[in-house]
Amino acid sequence: MLSSSARRGAAVLLSAAVLTTLSACGAAPDQKSGGADGAKNGVQPGAATSVADFGSLEALAAAAQKEGELNVIALPPDWANYGEIIKAFEAKYKIKVNSENPDASSADEIAAVKSRKGQKRAPDVLDLGIAFARSGAAENLFAPYKVTAWDKIPAAQKDADGRWTNDYGGYVSIGCDAARIPTCPQTFADLLKPEYKGKVALNGNPTKSGSAFGGVYAAALANKGSFADIQPGIDFFGQLKKSGNFLPVESTPATVEKGETPISIDWDYLNAGYADQFKGKGVDWKVAVPTDGVYAQYYSQAINKEAPNPAAARLWLEFLYSAEGQNLWLKGYARPVLLPGMTQDGTADKAAVAKLPQVQGTPAFPASEELDKAKATLAEKWDKALS
Amino acid sequence: MSSTTAPRAAAGTRRRRRGPRTWLAALPLLAFTGLCFGLPLGAMAHGAVTRTDPASGATLVTGEHLARSLQGPYLGSLVGSVQLSALTALVGGVLGVVIAQAVVTSRSAGLRSAALTASGVLANFGGVPLAFAFIATVGISGVVTQLADLTDLGWNLYSFTGLTMVYLYFLIPLMVLVIAPALDGLRPQWREAAQSSGATGAQFWRHVGLPVLAPSLLGGFVLLFGTAFAAHATAAALVGGSVPLVTLKIADALSGNVLTGQENVALALGLDMILIAALVMAVYLPLQRRSARWLR
Repeated sequence: MLSSSARRGAAVLLSAAVLTTLSACGAAPDQKSGGADGAKNGVQPGAATSVADFGSLEALAAAAQKEGELNVIALPPDWANYGEIIKAFEAKYKIKVNSENPDASSADEIAAVKSRKGQKRAPDVLDLGIAFARSGAAENLFAPYKVTAWDKIPAAQKDADGRWTNDYGGYVSIGCDAARIPTCPQTFADLLKPEYKGKVALNGNPTKSGSAFGGVYAAALANKGSFADIQPGIDFFGQLKKSGNFLPVESTPATVEKGETPISIDWDYLNAGYADQFKGKGVDWKVAVPTDGVYAQYYSQAINKEAPNPAAARLWLEFLYSAEGQNLWLKGYARPVLLPGMTQDGTADKAAVAKLPQVQGTPAFPASEELDKAKATLAEKWDKALS
Repeated sequence: MSSTTAPRAAAGTRRRRRGPRTWLAALPLLAFTGLCFGLPLGAMAHGAVTRTDPASGATLVTGEHLARSLQGPYLGSLVGSVQLSALTALVGGVLGVVIAQAVVTSRSAGLRSAALTASGVLANFGGVPLAFAFIATVGISGVVTQLADLTDLGWNLYSFTGLTMVYLYFLIPLMVLVIAPALDGLRPQWREAAQSSGATGAQFWRHVGLPVLAPSLLGGFVLLFGTAFAAHATAAALVGGSVPLVTLKIADALSGNVLTGQENVALALGLDMILIAALVMAVYLPLQRRSARWLR
């Protein structure tokens, strides 16, 4: 921000100089040019767009091991099995994973990429909500890279240039503590019943939390709305609030365990994870994907264009889109993007697939403009509907 | 506050020295302030009035972010924050003074030190732990809620009223802490003098006690207002988006998973907050100067 306007005045120049000095003593950019030691054909690891640029996966792994480290950000260990994924990657390739700020948001990730440009501590890879993947690609922050399994990923789930690729996701679901609620709600229409007074929570504020936003979108679909029209979803929650059913507490593992959020609208992989986690702790957590409002969303992977460990970043992506990585997500109840193909060729973990909440049909995704419009509407109308 | 206890004679005879040397001594402080407050403030103000085009990287000056921060839900959140802060500061201030006066005038030294220590701890007990403590006791399935059937009485922790209660939990101790020294400064001789001249208790407070205390009371109110105005974590954990507060809105825009490209509006909201705080200070300072006359 400061450097672009430095010519405007001496005062700004001075503060820019102070900032530069401050950051310069913090961390000098690490010189890890690939060149001769990494890639084949004279391609630097940072410019490689597929494993072919390295020659083979082994060569990529060797280049990554030379770097020895991988900086990740915003990967909570209890989210979609990321804890085990990181451990498996470290063990398989002997590369140290530096996990920073596990609870950060997509906006924090983008901010970290921008503010740590050229620093050794900059994140190498990003796990982003779709809107941030798109806006980050538009700002030219990501390196294009196509994983080996690229062709098996549906066109709607990836950037044509490979700057981001969907990886795992799930459906909006209704989690319910059967130990406290006699009959668990199965649909959005059920949630309006008087018996659920003060019991229906969201995982956050929909203007901030991706899953809560998904909840409102799904509620819109359940109430004659569409991807282009989220208003019926906002009205639905306004109605829930009026009837007293809506509980403003944002559900977290802690509120679920305590019974403070006995019904929680959240991604099915988180809800299914709670069922496992709190078994035998007085919580009988049931998960239903509402049939009247089916909404799925996937998170995307992207590589920082100026990743300090460019080979390790590419190896991480290859690992995530391998059968091993995809099955680890599956174990965390998330639906990996390659699942349809893996079910056909038999590489999917059948026991894990069987444990997923049941859903009919294939998911559809809103177009970029529809999503933008829905968010603008939500930001404008949510407060009023809820107050 | 300290000036109430300063010996009168000293205040009259000591001359204040103004000159280049006093400025020199303050230089480290000024440099620190300039660096740690000035730079972020400058960056925030800059971001609030400019827009950077993502494609070309060109920066333009624009008023659109400030305009947006004063419209629709953003304006609503500013109003909500001011209402909540003013109400909690007022109630917390009054209750804090009453409690502090009771503690100060009690003869028990044990009670005094216990109350002040507890206040010191409680005044800093905010954020998510406090929210969860309240959820566990008086939330929907909280212990007290269940035992006393509070829900049937219309109690709801997750509302404006609930949030006010939670804020008071750390604001009242804060007021006790800042006002107790000032109450100590009310010398018993003044009261005795008033009584021997035939004044009632109410008259003493009306004409002596409150005027002397006024600057400290106002200072306490401003401090409480600022604390409530800037609080974020407690509200985020308790009410999420259902009570509109400006700090929550800034967090939504700055570090969310949903809204993209709202960073500049968040910076503009931050600027609005500073302006409101400055306004409150602007009311406080001249009033304080006026009432400080009685302390000379």
